[in-house]
Amino acid sequence: MQEVAVILVSSVLINNYVLVQFLGLCPFMGVSKKLESAIGMSAATTFVLTLTAMVSYVVNKAVLIPLNLEYLRTISFIMVIAAVVQFTKMFIEKTSPLLYRVLGVFLPLITTNCAVLGVALQNAAKPLSFAHASLYGFGAGAGFSLVLILFSAMRERLAAADIPQPFEGAAIAMITAGLMSLAFMGFGGLV
Amino acid sequence: MLDFIIQQPIIAALVALAGLGVIFGALLGFAAEKFKLEGDPVIDQIDELLPQTQCGQCGFPGCRPYAESIAAGDAINKCPPGGQSTINSIASLLDVPAPELDQEHGQEAEVKSVAYIREDECIGCTKCIQACPVDAILGAAKLMHTVIVDECTGCDLCVEPCPVDCIDMIPVDTGIKQWQWPTPPLPNGLIATDRINSTEPPQGGSSHEDAA
Repeated sequence: MQEVAVILVSSVLINNYVLVQFLGLCPFMGVSKKLESAIGMSAATTFVLTLTAMVSYVVNKAVLIPLNLEYLRTISFIMVIAAVVQFTKMFIEKTSPLLYRVLGVFLPLITTNCAVLGVALQNAAKPLSFAHASLYGFGAGAGFSLVLILFSAMRERLAAADIPQPFEGAAIAMITAGLMSLAFMGFGGLV
Repeated sequence: MLDFIIQQPIIAALVALAGLGVIFGALLGFAAEKFKLEGDPVIDQIDELLPQTQCGQCGFPGCRPYAESIAAGDAINKCPPGGQSTINSIASLLDVPAPELDQEHGQEAEVKSVAYIREDECIGCTKCIQACPVDAILGAAKLMHTVIVDECTGCDLCVEPCPVDCIDMIPVDTGIKQWQWPTPPLPNGLIATDRINSTEPPQGGSSHEDAA
């Protein structure tokens, strides 16, 4: 039980993929303009991350290690991710066509979200059990969701705030992200 | 066989990657069959928001073809019977800004009205029956016609073809069943994000003009 808590706290807060490890910044900047689409993106990415962590664990343990093919990790994990994202895309298109429209191009782009590949590769490098690896993937997704939703809520307010003209738009978003990152660095050494 | 594959690293790599590709391909193929889409569900949702008058004022033969066209990217402000409220609800459904009603396609009726045939003057020509998109007119050749009030959508299409001009559009009285509380006026700019969306300038704007 304690281990579960440690894995969750470490992947959500201390090693947050976006703000501490700087992975997955593309959707973090791209889909954070509206809170609603940010929530949809968070759910989709968390789903993909958890599923990828599970499948890549199995691929790594059952195929790559027995055949001494560890050097093929990157390409085979990318294949896993592409398949999982495609599956997620079909699933969302069927269950929530509106979310599908709102997410648009960013849904297939989860494939190139470095956080997803990052989780798969980091899991493969660590001696984790299957349950812990999936939990790690879910924690990474939860951390991504947390910062994406917080950031989009802030950007919605920034859109209406009185900002000096040279800082409007992307500039103030970058500054905000930097400040959030500083705040998350403060979690370092918590566990 | 397995030993041979493990000893040959290149063959092992090829077999492993090809095998993974085949497995994922099969899974995705299965999923594609399972999550198969029957038409675009967004069309149904748009069609539900349209008033279903089938009046054709948008330039399409009915509400469903217009819904299909909207889903394909057409303008959402071509529906006079639905008026601004329909435009707004489609805009929020599709997450796009809500435009004003396009005057080219007609003006929004102030009050809902239904067709009424002055039966003494009706000559029984059946021209209005052919024009009615929702089959709300009863009658036969050389016999007087009448309108089923509950079915009439107030689209005006039967008024034009009548050779003796015996069809009136009469407004429906607001009875106890249709009456609603008027919406209270919203204070403009109470929520910060509403201010950028609203077309009118915030309250501070008028005093600025006075000074100028």
